[in-house]
Amino acid sequence: MVLEGAVSAASLCYCTRGMAISRRTFLKASVGGAVGLSALGFDLAPVHAAVRQLKIRNAREYKTVCPYCAVGCGTIAYTHGSGGLNTTSTVIHVEGDPDNPINGGTLCPKGASQMQLAISPRLRKSPMYRAAGANEWQEVDWDFAMDWFARKFKESRDNTFMERDAQGRTVNRTNGIAWVGSATVANEDAYLITKTMRAMGLTYIDHQARV
Amino acid sequence: MASLAATFGRGAMTNHWKDIKNADVVLVMGANPAENHPCGFKWALEARDENNATLVTIDPRFTRTSAVADKHMQIRPGSDIAVLGGLIRHMLANDLYHADYVREHTNASFLVSGDFGFEDGLFSGFDEAASAYDKTSWSYQRDAAGFVRRDMTLQDPQCAFQLLKTHYERYTPAMVARIAGCTEEKFLEMADIICSTGRADRVGTIMYAVGWTMHTVGSQIIRTAAIIQLLLGNIGRPGGGVNALRGHANVQGATDHAIVAEMLPGYMKVPTPAQTTLREYLDASTPTPLVADTVNYGGNSPKFFVSQMKAWFGDHATAANEFGYQYLAKQDGDATWLSIWDKVRQGDIEGFISLGFNSLLAGPDVPRLLESMSKLKWKVVIDPFLLDSAEFWRVPGMNPAEVQTEVMYMPTTHWIERDGSFTNSGRWVQWKEKAIDAPDGVRSDTYVLSELFWRVKELYLQDGEDAVYNEPIQNLTWDYLNPREPTLTELAKEINGYDRATGRLLSSFGELRDDGGTSAGNWIYTGSYTEAGNMMARRGTDDPTGLGMHHDWAFSWPLNRRVLYTRASADAEGRPWDSTRPGIAWNGSRWIGDVADYGATTPPGGPGAFIMTEEGVARLFSNHLVDGPFSEHYEPVESPTTNALHESVAVNPILNWYDGVRETLAAEGDDFPYACTIYRVVEHEHFVTRNVPLLVEAMPDFFVEVPEGLAALKGIENGGRARVWSKRGEVEGVAIVTKRIKPLLVNGQTVWTVGIPVHWGFVGITQGSMANLLTPYIGDANTRCPEFKAFLVNIERAEPRTT
Amino acid sequence: MPDTLAIKRISASPSALIPLASLRSGGPVYSKLVDISKCIGCKGCEVACKEWNDLKVEQTTNFGSFQSHKDLSSNTWLLMRFNEVELGDGDDLTWMIKKDACLHCEEPGCLFACPAPGAIVQYQNGIVDFNQDNCIGCQYCVSGCPFDIPRYDKETKTVAKCNMCIDRVEAGLEPACVKTCPTNAIEWGIKEDMLALADKKIDRLRERGYEHAAVYNPGGVGGTHMMYVVPHGDRLEDYRLPAHPTASPGQLRGLNVLQRVGSYLLGFGVISALVHFLAVGPERPEESV
Repeated sequence: MVLEGAVSAASLCYCTRGMAISRRTFLKASVGGAVGLSALGFDLAPVHAAVRQLKIRNAREYKTVCPYCAVGCGTIAYTHGSGGLNTTSTVIHVEGDPDNPINGGTLCPKGASQMQLAISPRLRKSPMYRAAGANEWQEVDWDFAMDWFARKFKESRDNTFMERDAQGRTVNRTNGIAWVGSATVANEDAYLITKTMRAMGLTYIDHQARV
Repeated sequence: MASLAATFGRGAMTNHWKDIKNADVVLVMGANPAENHPCGFKWALEARDENNATLVTIDPRFTRTSAVADKHMQIRPGSDIAVLGGLIRHMLANDLYHADYVREHTNASFLVSGDFGFEDGLFSGFDEAASAYDKTSWSYQRDAAGFVRRDMTLQDPQCAFQLLKTHYERYTPAMVARIAGCTEEKFLEMADIICSTGRADRVGTIMYAVGWTMHTVGSQIIRTAAIIQLLLGNIGRPGGGVNALRGHANVQGATDHAIVAEMLPGYMKVPTPAQTTLREYLDASTPTPLVADTVNYGGNSPKFFVSQMKAWFGDHATAANEFGYQYLAKQDGDATWLSIWDKVRQGDIEGFISLGFNSLLAGPDVPRLLESMSKLKWKVVIDPFLLDSAEFWRVPGMNPAEVQTEVMYMPTTHWIERDGSFTNSGRWVQWKEKAIDAPDGVRSDTYVLSELFWRVKELYLQDGEDAVYNEPIQNLTWDYLNPREPTLTELAKEINGYDRATGRLLSSFGELRDDGGTSAGNWIYTGSYTEAGNMMARRGTDDPTGLGMHHDWAFSWPLNRRVLYTRASADAEGRPWDSTRPGIAWNGSRWIGDVADYGATTPPGGPGAFIMTEEGVARLFSNHLVDGPFSEHYEPVESPTTNALHESVAVNPILNWYDGVRETLAAEGDDFPYACTIYRVVEHEHFVTRNVPLLVEAMPDFFVEVPEGLAALKGIENGGRARVWSKRGEVEGVAIVTKRIKPLLVNGQTVWTVGIPVHWGFVGITQGSMANLLTPYIGDANTRCPEFKAFLVNIERAEPRTT
Repeated sequence: MPDTLAIKRISASPSALIPLASLRSGGPVYSKLVDISKCIGCKGCEVACKEWNDLKVEQTTNFGSFQSHKDLSSNTWLLMRFNEVELGDGDDLTWMIKKDACLHCEEPGCLFACPAPGAIVQYQNGIVDFNQDNCIGCQYCVSGCPFDIPRYDKETKTVAKCNMCIDRVEAGLEPACVKTCPTNAIEWGIKEDMLALADKKIDRLRERGYEHAAVYNPGGVGGTHMMYVVPHGDRLEDYRLPAHPTASPGQLRGLNVLQRVGSYLLGFGVISALVHFLAVGPERPEESV
């Protein structure tokens, strides 16, 4: 048709450009504007076909809470991945949960960039051990790390445990180990920290509320 | 928050985020919510624009909160009590307080011992040798029945109200101006706005944060604010309150669950060696009524404690073994942050474990902290990211070979890889979903704790009869489906608690018993996970009150109550002070509105409104803090001026001075003429956001905020570099020369203030000076929160970097 | 509501002169409303914009300001600008913080100036979008913009600016900056509703003593689809808002040959289409839905 030639000449046609499009990707020409204009006899669909596809279109949604301050903004984490056994899903975007009455879907710059925190390449993936006086870390496995931790913990507890104080009163404590943190763990872990460390006899226990 | 509990009975933020929209006046002081709590701050602007509220800020800097406030007043760091004390005087002198509320809901009428006094900066009972007060004289007069004597006319010179009036009489506008550096006119302008809510039909809120807590008088600053809000009748009411804005996602929850030196879950006290039996412990921690008619809810403490011991030790906690009371460590003296590092410094503490915490950058006095840290035998750092605190042995300038500390770093999951709940500042406990799996090689905090527990337990079993006392470890309940990594749902149910006979999840802490028949890991969370399901995961958005209470959204401790001290929202007859903003109201047969803290069907006219105090009312006069029943202005330990009220007692007289600290403070003759304060900015969350490229881009470099006039004096150019040093350390970075900090006339001399943000260290995408190199190693008399917010420095121009 | 993205104007085409509006029944016309009196300068919008649009993180350096970048760039479409201004005697400090980004003019100077057919598209809903695939990198749009918004990217040799998150708008979502704004300082809706809201906000500001409070929706560009509520309407220059910005299709004249060629070609297409339409009648869509 004449018309198609004209539009091509005007570089409006994207049909021959294939997948080489940089930031933008095709959206199937489904939208009303095109239909309206086609009444004229030519189709401008390719113009807005350039609008990229909504990146969260096929994502799964999880309702979570922002990890930063204590406003407690509700967030929705959008993840990508089918959930298949040989796949790992990842966070592709996080934005505010509009249903949450506290933040109503809004987020500050920290909240708005939490996707970068969630999947940061700086997150570590192995325990590391630094020997006394050493210049560097060495990677160790979890079994080594936990074995070392338990032995050090017990050793210091044994070294410093006090059943009775100077006045003969039962105190059942170790003042040789301190536990600090955290104001960023879930309540349930916070509770388990207190339960475990108090049972172990620690009294030097504190977290970020102090500093 | 020690001072809120000392005044109202509970330490938490009194109201909640969305409630701020109901206020007529919003005072932001000791906080910068536009930067540190932006999405919560929206409700302050909602009040300003939709409720015709006036929003005011009082701060050493003109902040991004000030940028949208109606009025801002600049004060000198550390002068807060002078300003707040001035407000108390102003409202008493001009009859601006809410007289009916004060008579009904506070201890204004309570008569105090004739031995109580205050002179030259010291309250009665000061023991100089012990650096402490003997609080005997800070007590009430009792009648024959042992109850407090009252004068409802508030005229008796020994009643709390008259003593209060006398105490703050010295805080005249002229004195406020002299100490804080504002003008009298400006102070009076602010005072008129703030005191305008001392009426039934108006209500005001105060938003504060660590700008108040982090002083050597931190608790008393907050006490003063609490007194103000009581005098104005703003406690218990929607739109009112003293609202502590918490910094971390779950700092409230971690405190509720007592990762805290002095507390057990639910704000029960840690036992001391003097409490040799369960009976003695319970007697000491269970308050007895001071008036005939008080709910004195704390009287139920034995039920909460025994139920917690049942949750921890199950069948091993019986009446015969004092419910396992002797399993608990008895603590001597202070065990908080500063004391921990002091003990490390002395070589008493061998091992240190930090989880989700940057124990180096947190400060204060990083050079001293580093010296202490290097004395540890071992350190474990558990965190998703490798932190400065894990790498303290290679802080620039240190020789790793000289640090003999063994360090283990363990990467654990973060929030999005686990479910579980966070408790926000306003006590809303919200359950979150897990979004993604942790990568291979990363384990959960729950795993680390469980694995540590099992391995230590097994090591003790191997020791056989020679083992050091480990009965509590062997007897600790750990009956989870996967004992090496319990689910957070299992733990949530344990926290909520069960009827042990039937296994039924409890729905209220009213069901708890002291005979071992119930268990509850943390009584204030009872009701959060009931037979009806996980209350923390509820997503109902209805708000029938229109006041933003949203009772069907998540769970709010206690018992889903949204505003604390609700009974005080109504008058003696149970009518709301303001019918347009009712907290609860008596409808003739029951209380309607918010979840009543008073029995739902207990008619008005009975016990006092503050159920958590032995007095049944809130305390204008309180003997619960160690440094005074009223607040008093003391200078920061490093101050650019003398104490204008009493030169001989310049600083808080009962501070704890750790060994060697006095030598690290600016002394007479040292050249540290400028006040300095440290803070965060909105683009950062403490230290972790150094890992987020978008945030590093948004606020990239360490900087120093320098007032224009001071910059001119020192030849510092905007965008150039400045060096700032204290007696303890120095920092260097880009200078932001600003109009937002003005010189102040304090005590007849000009005082300049310099501002420094906390964020940087030597690990992360962005690196820069650690602000806590500068800060002093001294804490509040009550809480030992370090005095980060007011100290002295010097400043000079630094040359541009050559690289 | 999803938006149909009906087109109004295309650069270097006759539609730049005669908008296609008459060819379409009116759909919703949107606008952002930025209430400067509610803005806390948190940069939530700035960061959300970059996150949503996958814009590159740039190396920034503090240059003596809370402002992150000195200027907009092809990878920073939205910049919070900070300006400390003393209005009166020194006790009256105002920290003017302004969200700087494309205003989406009703009469878009960039589009009028653009010689590359299809590089700039204006939609009926008010959005002015750049399509880098058609951009020839001539930067005429930069000079055509009365607000100094579009920025050239040396690497891609194209110009970029805010696209109002057109992908979100199409899906019925608000732009990322609007969604995230912690204090609701940026609102989004039908332009008429936003104008009414602006009036209400100005009333409140005047009550609060801002006697010069005004809405910024300059007529010289036919109004904008990002409007501001300006507390100090008498100090527009302090907010870097031009007092009299102008743009008109007339700018099309005087532009270069390439642009003319492009527009004539497209004009020829349209005329041919009309002929075709008159002769053959409307074309039927091949697939029925």
